[in-house]
Amino acid sequence: MAYTVRIPTPLQKYTGGADSVACQAENLSALLAELSSRFPELKERICEADGQPRRFFNVYVNEEDIRFLGGSTYQFKEGDDVLILPSIAGGC
Amino acid sequence: MNFELGLRCRDCGKHFKSEPLAGCDECFAPLEVYYDLQAIGKAITPELLERRPSSMWRYREFLPLNSTPLDNPRLTSLAGVGGTPLVPVARLARKLGVRELYVKNDAVNFPTLSFKDRVVAVALSKAIEFGFKVVACSSTGNLANSVAAQAAALGLEAYIFTPSDLEAAKIAGTLVYGAKLIKISGNYDQVNRLCSEIAQRYPWGIVNVNLRPYYAEGSKTVGYEIAQQLDWKLPSSLVCPMAGGSLIGKIARAFDDLRQLGWAAGDTRIFGAQATGCSPISSAVKEGRKDIEPQRPSTIARSLAIGNPADGFYAARTIRATGGWAEDVSDNEILEGMRLLAETEGIFTETAGGVTVACARKLLQQGRIDPQQPIVLVITGNGLKTLDAIIASQAEAPIIAPRMREFEAELVREGATPEVEPEPALAK
Repeated sequence: MAYTVRIPTPLQKYTGGADSVACQAENLSALLAELSSRFPELKERICEADGQPRRFFNVYVNEEDIRFLGGSTYQFKEGDDVLILPSIAGGC
Repeated sequence: MNFELGLRCRDCGKHFKSEPLAGCDECFAPLEVYYDLQAIGKAITPELLERRPSSMWRYREFLPLNSTPLDNPRLTSLAGVGGTPLVPVARLARKLGVRELYVKNDAVNFPTLSFKDRVVAVALSKAIEFGFKVVACSSTGNLANSVAAQAAALGLEAYIFTPSDLEAAKIAGTLVYGAKLIKISGNYDQVNRLCSEIAQRYPWGIVNVNLRPYYAEGSKTVGYEIAQQLDWKLPSSLVCPMAGGSLIGKIARAFDDLRQLGWAAGDTRIFGAQATGCSPISSAVKEGRKDIEPQRPSTIARSLAIGNPADGFYAARTIRATGGWAEDVSDNEILEGMRLLAETEGIFTETAGGVTVACARKLLQQGRIDPQQPIVLVITGNGLKTLDAIIASQAEAPIIAPRMREFEAELVREGATPEVEPEPALAK
């Protein structure tokens, strides 16, 4: 089982310039662990000290916020399109 | 003179020079402009500010700009933004059972009738400083209108991304300025996600993405104006609508600046207002949660329909830190709030303003706001932009033949008395 994780521009300097990475982790915490072990500099950018995802970025799976799909309980599937993005808003 | 010292991450404190940036590259948190406040305090005085023409540029030293419409002919078309009335609203005060109540009326802001004109004026001035030729935004309408109008006024090209189900007035009020409007089949959070992907690929000044730290600074002028209009005595309570959660924090920051400079006195409890159909921030406050749980918005207050507010964490923190609270109201209460403000004070606000009025009433009923001390309601947009919502709730006006007896029959039907009631004396 493999899927693609798209890396936002500000983080590509920690992934050797790659804008997407093929991953196999089953769920969100395993994905953060997989990314952290493959790209050690990425770890503190995406994880709090306790390993939880940082507050100010969002993870989307096939264009849906992962928190609407069960968050940490969501099981990634073959071919999922996973996107990491800083949370932006403002602008009503 | 620009007193800006650069950008600072609101979470980890990392410093950045002044440049177009969406967030911190270390921790993704939003960035904030910071200033040499002591130098501002030496350069200007409240007396000097009062001699300047009434507009947001009165407070230009508190803005991150090298030039403003007051000294740069390229920006002259933005000279009239801000400087909106702070209206003492005695009839509404009586209805709500409070002693001293004011409406900060940005429903009459220039040029597009919402507080967004302030933030856009700063964002586009900064876009010109940075050399952008194209500006863009994601929006639920008010920001779209303002970016479209001000881009036209400044000769910039504009791309506007909105949810596809926007109110007709907000669509027309964007297209008329020649902006390229792209409607997205999805809610605002989905529009925002696409916009932040676009920001990574196109060299545009996107006002609520890579210009966001500057854009947000324009909101502080709401706070400076309120303080000055109250003779530098800060109100006891302030009720502010929340969408992305930026404005409420910037008003608090403006009050902080003025207290630090010793120009204004008083502690203000800050109250946040949302629609129940999109209440991620008020829910967090009421449930005592630090983190914001995203929601799928469903409310007539579409200009507040941000289910995943990026500044929500800070908005909730501001509310807690000032001893305030947050509430949310149903669509019916929103319409009642709009009617109440219009009928008592002649101020026609959009659905977001109905949210503010209805939440203020609810917070007063709960005893969370002190009715004996001065209260300010922040009204951010104009009712003419959300006519669809109010029309659906209004009874048809009667149609009669042009004959006196039909008119008088109508008066009887309505149970109206032709005498006009004398105006009660207005309490200060």
